[in-house]
Amino acid sequence: MRSAAALRQLGLTGWRAAERRFDTAFGSRLNPLRHLGALGFLAFWLLAASGVVLYALFDTSVAGAYRSINDLADLPLGRLLRGMHRYAADTLVVVMGLHLLREWLVGHERGFRRFSWLTGVPLVGFVFVSAIGGFWLNWDQLGQYSAIATAEWLDALPLLAAPLARNFLAVDAVNDRLISLFVFVHVGVPLLLLFGLWFHIQRVTRAAVMPPRSLALGLTAVLAALALTWPVTSHAPAELGSVPRLLRLDWFLLFLHPLTDATSAGFVWALVGGGALVLFALPFLPQPARAPVAVVDAANCNGCRHCFADCPYAAVTMVPHPNQRIGRTLAQVNADLCAGCGICAGACPSSTPFRSAAELVTGIDLPQLTVGDLRRRLQQALAASRAERPLVVFGCDHGARCATLLGADVSAFSLLCTGQLPPSFVEYALRDGAAGVLVATCREGGCEFRLGERWTDERLQGRREPHLRAGVATERLERVFAGPGDEPVLKAALARLRQRVQPLAPDGHGRFHHA
Amino acid sequence: MPEAAARPPSRLTLSAWAGQVLLYGLFALAIGVFSQWPPYHHLGADEALIKISFTHSGKPVGDCVPLSPAELARLPPNMRAPTKCPRERSPVTVQVDIDGVNVLTRSAPPSGLSKDGASSVYHRLVVPAREQRLSVRLSDDVRARDAAFQKEAIVSLTPGQVLVIDFDAEKRAITLQ
Repeated sequence: MRSAAALRQLGLTGWRAAERRFDTAFGSRLNPLRHLGALGFLAFWLLAASGVVLYALFDTSVAGAYRSINDLADLPLGRLLRGMHRYAADTLVVVMGLHLLREWLVGHERGFRRFSWLTGVPLVGFVFVSAIGGFWLNWDQLGQYSAIATAEWLDALPLLAAPLARNFLAVDAVNDRLISLFVFVHVGVPLLLLFGLWFHIQRVTRAAVMPPRSLALGLTAVLAALALTWPVTSHAPAELGSVPRLLRLDWFLLFLHPLTDATSAGFVWALVGGGALVLFALPFLPQPARAPVAVVDAANCNGCRHCFADCPYAAVTMVPHPNQRIGRTLAQVNADLCAGCGICAGACPSSTPFRSAAELVTGIDLPQLTVGDLRRRLQQALAASRAERPLVVFGCDHGARCATLLGADVSAFSLLCTGQLPPSFVEYALRDGAAGVLVATCREGGCEFRLGERWTDERLQGRREPHLRAGVATERLERVFAGPGDEPVLKAALARLRQRVQPLAPDGHGRFHHA
Repeated sequence: MPEAAARPPSRLTLSAWAGQVLLYGLFALAIGVFSQWPPYHHLGADEALIKISFTHSGKPVGDCVPLSPAELARLPPNMRAPTKCPRERSPVTVQVDIDGVNVLTRSAPPSGLSKDGASSVYHRLVVPAREQRLSVRLSDDVRARDAAFQKEAIVSLTPGQVLVIDFDAEKRAITLQ
């Protein structure tokens, strides 16, 4: 277990380094490594779109199948369609593998995300079955090799009375019905895949089934250019009386065949079965205790639905309020779905620290760090500060460590997610003696809880409720996107803020004005 | 609020664009290359393939036993067959010799829970592509000592050729095709 944890940590360090490099080229928001799931969806849509046209042109007879696909090479549109279809399949496998790796590295196979993980694992199988089945349709030498290799591999399991591979012994054994069966596999399994994808994203609100437009256009353009410059071509027609001597194998999709040739069908079954077993078992291995989930206080919940709208995991639903007033609703938390991120608390209008109650109790809150605790700690920190121009930092447990900023003039508060911060806390801190406030979120698109950095940004810019009031002196607020390992970015942001508040002078009542 | 300080610049620098082009290019190169390279040699240049494959039902494992009048009387009228035969069939054993050397001996059990189905064999042999003297023997009766079916042939295999050794149930003979 320890070695697995060390391996994961090592991998995560490498992954984050790669993410930062990609950030420099694409910007954080458009970094493809942060949109792997959505890129997988894009590849699927490209496959579906090109596949529908290809199917319309496809001749489902043994004699016509090869010709109908091969003739596409004569037309630019045909080359584009066929190339897009193949290269999108390769892309799907690549991004799916990276998506799986990333989610494991960041520990997303466990806890409340277990459902998404478990529904995602079978999709890997569906993708490969769909993809490998596509090669058979062409019925060229590569399709022949793949179909026979697959049949021989399946025959290694004692499931059928007669070997499947006997269907490929003689030329007359292959007929139009077999091609129809191939079509059934290549069309039917992707439909299952689509159904599985629907399950996979069930517990995610605002699931990204399409990457940002520029990224989608960029990838589509690259695949189209590849399809035209490096067209996918057929091998010679299938000939069951001979073995194709040289194959231009698609190693992304067909690597299991040569692996079986090099080892044995039993070995590859053990590898595939063992791999699947490990992936299914990962969420059930010993893991850290789950974070406490959000708790609703009926007396302070006015049914505004902000938490319902902002929860990234659909853990909040609205139910009739127990006070039985007609039309009044109350938030209800599904503990199985709750990530314990606190984004709901940040969305609750009752979380404003300006409320006069001695004990600040909000409508929905996290027991491990309540809004009331945050206000008390903020008050204490500002009261205790002897700095001439105190600075307050609100950061994230999953982002750059704001503890590294501790200094004589800095009070840092690391939240479960910066999305937990009600924007009114910024104004409250500024009114209560802070010269400036730094709000640090993870990099764009890099929030551990998917939407925290986005909601925080929109709330502070007044584009999302609850928003930061327009009257707040914006020069005293600094926002920064700083993910894990971005402590230098955080320090630089603090230095900028410190420099900006330098001209401000205290008025003796804890307020700051331009000198 | 100072946007420029908080958010990465929306306009990418020239080096960022160059980085994007490089990364997109590397991705396209990786996809383009590994979708068809390196070429795969399924079989050596001077090799051929022999597939031994058949589906054949073995003989019952025992003889039919005639039932006595008393035993028949105990049976319901519609089930009074004069003999009682075992359902289970013999495993089918195939042996292949090439140039006098045994290269395959495989015994296939009958399929089905009651072991009353056909036996199936599918096996691949990669052999040098040249003239070969083949001897195939097939036994389908545990009570018999000798092979029920036998086939001897000299075949000339060309590189990449597939020779299928099968059993023709209609002709009741081992076939080479």
